Amino acid sequence: MYLDNNATTSVAPEVIEAMTPFFRDLWGNPSSMHAFGGQVRQYVENARRQVADFIGADKSEIIFTSCGTESNNMAIRGTMEASAGRLNFITTRVEHPAVLEPVRMLKDRGYNVIELDVDSSGQIDLGQLKRVLGYGPALVSIMWANNETGVMFPVSEIVDMVKAAGGIMHTDAVQIVGKMPIDLRAIKVDLLSLSGHKLHAPKGIGALYVRKGTRVAPLLLGGHQEGGKRGGTENVPYIVGLGMACELAGKNISGEMTRVSAMRDRLQKGILEKCSNVRVNGDQVHRLPNTLNISFLYIEGESILYHLSDLGIAASSGSACTSGSLEPSHVIRAMGVPFIAAHGSIRFSLSRYNTDADIDYVLESLPPVIKKLRSISPFGRT
Amino acid sequence: MWQYTDKVLDHFRNPRNVGTIETPDGSGEVGSMACGDALKLTFKLDKNKKITDVKFQTFGCASAIASSSALTEMIKGKTLEEAEKVTNQDIADYLGGLPEQKMHCSVMGREALEVAIHNYRTGDTSKKILEGKVVCHCFGVTEEEITRVVRDNHLTSVEQVTNYCKAGGACGKCHNDIADIIAKVSGEVHEGDRVEIPPPRKLTTLQKIKQIEETLEKEVRPALRKDGGDIELIDVAGNKVVVALRGMCANCQVARFTLKDVVEAKLKEFVSPDIIVEEDKP
Repeated sequence: MYLDNNATTSVAPEVIEAMTPFFRDLWGNPSSMHAFGGQVRQYVENARRQVADFIGADKSEIIFTSCGTESNNMAIRGTMEASAGRLNFITTRVEHPAVLEPVRMLKDRGYNVIELDVDSSGQIDLGQLKRVLGYGPALVSIMWANNETGVMFPVSEIVDMVKAAGGIMHTDAVQIVGKMPIDLRAIKVDLLSLSGHKLHAPKGIGALYVRKGTRVAPLLLGGHQEGGKRGGTENVPYIVGLGMACELAGKNISGEMTRVSAMRDRLQKGILEKCSNVRVNGDQVHRLPNTLNISFLYIEGESILYHLSDLGIAASSGSACTSGSLEPSHVIRAMGVPFIAAHGSIRFSLSRYNTDADIDYVLESLPPVIKKLRSISPFGRT
Repeated sequence: MWQYTDKVLDHFRNPRNVGTIETPDGSGEVGSMACGDALKLTFKLDKNKKITDVKFQTFGCASAIASSSALTEMIKGKTLEEAEKVTNQDIADYLGGLPEQKMHCSVMGREALEVAIHNYRTGDTSKKILEGKVVCHCFGVTEEEITRVVRDNHLTSVEQVTNYCKAGGACGKCHNDIADIIAKVSGEVHEGDRVEIPPPRKLTTLQKIKQIEETLEKEVRPALRKDGGDIELIDVAGNKVVVALRGMCANCQVARFTLKDVVEAKLKEFVSPDIIVEEDKP
């Protein structure tokens, strides 16, 4: 029962099939001047078109990377470097570490960095954004959807504000791509990060969308590949896999979205009915269709996960104990979730491969676990 | 996933002695909801002063539950004097070991036992005996507590101390104090060959400038940068420090207060109590 799809997803069978020939037969180097290698080029370019079509981009605007983290690093560090110190940097406190860590580096190097707060529903204050945009030209990096809570930021409005202020807009879209339709012809972000393994391609492949005319310095020097923007021989099988994953996801994304969100809603409703003292974390209106972040008061997340794991259910938690740190996740803390709930937060994240039977099983198995742990807890509620 | 031993998983899945004794002879509570784990331990003695019954309730992760369960099994049938000798390492050993980052779970067990025994002997019902100075304010850990885990477990780094008793695990402000305690405990072993430390000398101007720069960098700049500002050191003349605000802060009226109050307070705290801060007037 796999309900941890915001962490990673299964590789779609069609993706595995599309990739296999590129290990077995078509293993040439696409840059070669012989037909054996050169013929591979067309498959790389086809995949580039599949990715571009899926997000409403032009093929020339897609750069293949090794993962979402690389895409985020390249977008942030590459843009700041290309701007030669001209830009401020604006982001939020709830970004993924793949954004927050490069941001820490920018701070150390003396850039002006502004981190926007979020309210208890996990939303930013657009008024605050408007104020800080007034400080001067900025690179703004704001995630499209949060990995822990599924809360979606109003990227469409944010882009308009950033563009009106003469800024550059990057969005970490790793969690939303494949779960909701995206059209970059309508929403004019300059840079967008996506990751293969969140949409049923394998780990080890990602992409960065760079709108025409946006200047980004490369992170990896050493080759002419990807238009000189990212050196390194193309990871052909994985690029083909990502292309196929995008095409598959695009086939019926609206239909799957509706089906997945119906399952998620049933899971949420069922838990709220069967368990007392629970709270749903984050904005429930602007939320990914597949994500449910829910806190079980008076008990601790790791204990819940281990019991669920024993029952064959995979989920994740923002509790302190699961990370090895001593504090609950930075997202949960930024939202001001009280300690009584923060340590017991559980994230269920679904995919199109989940079924109604999965939800039934969780709704049947989870309440006894909560009851058992509460009977052990000194805070003694049921 | 953590590399838990089978014994840890067994005690987590099937915890022994769960609950509370209605009229206990001793009762101890440690931890809190905020800390992420808490344990309540109650015991009953027979006429020979041996622990006949002991029960626990735990809020916490798998290893916290397992450590509590293990502790109850270990002390059942023991006299208080025997039970008192149980160390956190004994609890960890009983479970076949705990991951380093989870050692604080075993410490919590030992602490609860201590508080419960203290409660039996004195009737004191306070949640935790907070003796001595609190070093880590985030998790409420005292100097005595840190000294004890360092000594009992032969710890040598701040990171280890955090793993064993959580101290220093949040804001990090107490890391220097923890390092001092480690140094003090390791010094106990070599009491004989301790070197006399000379009294602090007056700072040279260069040392002072360096310390001022460090304090500005660590204590002041991060807050200013959050609002897109910065601060620059212009001059140091005796105890007079001249600074200038830059970036967004340069034209901000609120920042004027920042300068006098915060910067001066920080420099007084970290460099010298005699420092006076002035703003550079263009």
